[in-house]
Amino acid sequence: MHSASAPSALPSVPSGASVRLAVKEISKTFPGVVANDRVTLDVRRGEVHALLGENGAGKTTLMNILYGIYQPDAGEIVIDGREVRVRSPRDAIAHGVGMVPQHFLLVRRHTVAENVALGLSGTRFLLPVRGVEMQINAFADRYGLRVDPHAAVWHLSISEQQRVEILKALLRGAEILILDEPTSVLTPQEATQLFGVLRRMKEEGKSVIFITHKLDEVLAAADRVTVMRKGRVIDTVPVGMASKPQLARMMVGHDVDFQLPARRPGTGAPALVVEDLWVQGDRGLPVVRGVSFVLHRQEILGIAGVAGNGQRELVEALTGLRRVERGRVTALDRDVSRWSPRTMSKMGVAHIPEERIRMGIVPPMSVTENAILRRYEEPPFSRGPLMDYVSATRFAQQLIVEYSIQTPSPRTPARLLSGGNIQKLILARELSHRPDLIIAAHPTYGLDVSTTDRIHRLLLQRRDDCAAVLLVSEDLDEIRALADRIGVMYGGELVAVVPAGTDRETVGLLMAGQRV
Amino acid sequence: MGVVDWILGVLVRGMALGTPLLWGALGEIYAERAGVVNLGVEGMMILGAFFAFAAAQVTGHPGLGLLVAAVIGGMAALLHAFVSVTLRANQFVSGLALSMLGLGLAGLLGRGWEGFPLSNPLPELSILPPLGVLLAVALWALLYHTRWGIILRTVGESPAAADAMGIDVALVRYLAVVFGGMLAGVAGGFLSVAYRPSWTEGMTGGIGWIVVALAIFASWDPLRAIGAALLFGTLFHLSFRLQAWIPPEPLQMMPFAFTILVLAIAARWGARAWQAPAALGLPYLRGER
Repeated sequence: MHSASAPSALPSVPSGASVRLAVKEISKTFPGVVANDRVTLDVRRGEVHALLGENGAGKTTLMNILYGIYQPDAGEIVIDGREVRVRSPRDAIAHGVGMVPQHFLLVRRHTVAENVALGLSGTRFLLPVRGVEMQINAFADRYGLRVDPHAAVWHLSISEQQRVEILKALLRGAEILILDEPTSVLTPQEATQLFGVLRRMKEEGKSVIFITHKLDEVLAAADRVTVMRKGRVIDTVPVGMASKPQLARMMVGHDVDFQLPARRPGTGAPALVVEDLWVQGDRGLPVVRGVSFVLHRQEILGIAGVAGNGQRELVEALTGLRRVERGRVTALDRDVSRWSPRTMSKMGVAHIPEERIRMGIVPPMSVTENAILRRYEEPPFSRGPLMDYVSATRFAQQLIVEYSIQTPSPRTPARLLSGGNIQKLILARELSHRPDLIIAAHPTYGLDVSTTDRIHRLLLQRRDDCAAVLLVSEDLDEIRALADRIGVMYGGELVAVVPAGTDRETVGLLMAGQRV
Repeated sequence: MGVVDWILGVLVRGMALGTPLLWGALGEIYAERAGVVNLGVEGMMILGAFFAFAAAQVTGHPGLGLLVAAVIGGMAALLHAFVSVTLRANQFVSGLALSMLGLGLAGLLGRGWEGFPLSNPLPELSILPPLGVLLAVALWALLYHTRWGIILRTVGESPAAADAMGIDVALVRYLAVVFGGMLAGVAGGFLSVAYRPSWTEGMTGGIGWIVVALAIFASWDPLRAIGAALLFGTLFHLSFRLQAWIPPEPLQMMPFAFTILVLAIAARWGARAWQAPAALGLPYLRGER
């Protein structure tokens, strides 16, 4: 796979004028990890260049080096034929590099115009926002990035916030735009729109680097693709000459089976009954409005919907984290409407939370301690007031092997693990006691192909073992692949529950609020 | 004496005491808008008070005393900035330490100066009260209607966003904290060269803590700080004025009670404009998650 034949067919050295950015032999080591190992690639003028790789492949590290967040240990960066040093984001901006990070760096309380004005060097000192508004509107029209300059960012949807990030970079004169996993937060329709924006930028001669681990997106939006694995560049190929299985093999290192095990027909007794549930959001308004459904054992019920339509509050109410204002929740034959998260968890309800770092783990605590969070006060992990770290470590080691969690040791603080391994740790902890009811929110958000596949199989296995699974996800493909029935939330209501085989368009329309 | 005269008299006294509150609070607001809490106001003020008095006494120029107080306050704040921004230590601990340090140091240095009245004091209601109001308006305009203001607010709301836009977060925080310290120094200097033109150990008497509360009470808005300073100054004065009838403690507690009330209201009814800068109290390290 590591053949030199394919790259040699392409100009990998910045000889022609068409190469805008060249990265040569970049290496970067973090304690215990080689994040980038002699990475070399080039990006041309007027090109959408996909950077494909699994989590931990080193894509984001490389982009952070280009943007001056990290300093490389070795290697050089060449922009427009000249070697440059990028010591900080300021340097990167000066060299025409712009970045749209995966987690947006916007000031939520400020308006769109204030957020944009912040980075513009030409802004006037007094009343800087006025001039910027006009510029925003001009660029918005040119690239199809409509957004209200006066709106406060916290009012905007995720896709609108992404537009603001792109506008910020463009207005600062970015010629090379880096997008880190830009579609992970978008509906299929919004993703298509984004690809349209990228195309327009390409036509103007800008270069776009597009980080992803989704093969379909590479094929849909990119001109060339560089595949990375374990910190190294495997190959750079034109998208026209690449096939999905071939890219998957390059990315993962072995053949990937896209086929999940077949469904087993039949469902069991009701495990979760929700009747006319009303829940308030953070601002005191009802955001779950009269939701009712029944989830059976041996069934996966998918909840689809664009972010912010009440899914988060629904999950929090069902796991005891948020108060049920009205209605009733019956889980495993008991009325749990007023139960605390702790009693819910004790009863056998597993929760895979939406924000894995903030809610799923205690970041500075060790893998072992995180692994026993559910049952730390019970034997064998504790005896009376004393912890038994020997048996706790043994348990953690068992989970590490069983769920193939990559960690230097059980003593490593959980925050040092990659996102995928943190998620595997959470699943290991939640599933190790064989729960009957699993409530999973965005379980594979931002994870790579093999980890996602691993997690999917774990959930299916639990379903086949007679558990009930509520799967809340914004990834329609995931829901379509796993769920036995699909519920769609819009505006706090469960607008429809449709069978698994329903086509994407119908579900997409329901997600957009159209009644079918 | 008529009621109107009495009320006017109280308000004038309130304004006199409100002046150091306003100067100190404007400084604290700017530091906190950049994301740095400085609980060292009491310490910076007392150092300002002592050095202003000493400089004014030696040179005979109270204005020069205030200038020295500003420099000393700025230097004290620089220490806090170094510990909390560069070393990323806990801001609250560092600020508290600065308060203790300032009180101790001023007491030590001031031994030989104790009890002498200042020979050439500044009239209490001459320059600093109106200048304070002008400064508040100017700082408000700077905060909300200039590029610097956006930069300052962004550093306090989301330092990562500012950093990604090529802004030097540490530099902005240093400048804001040192500026805040300079104003706190002037506020202290006002006490010893104008309000009570003399030097007494511990003469700030907790005004620095009211300043910290005031920044919160004014919800980090320089314009609101004007009214809040007048209110707190009046309350503080009334606590002495009404001593014959009610004990001073309840009125002295008022600023803090009000501040807690405002915090509670802001938290419960969530007016976003009233809430603290999102990154307040958090050290920033690039690339950390």
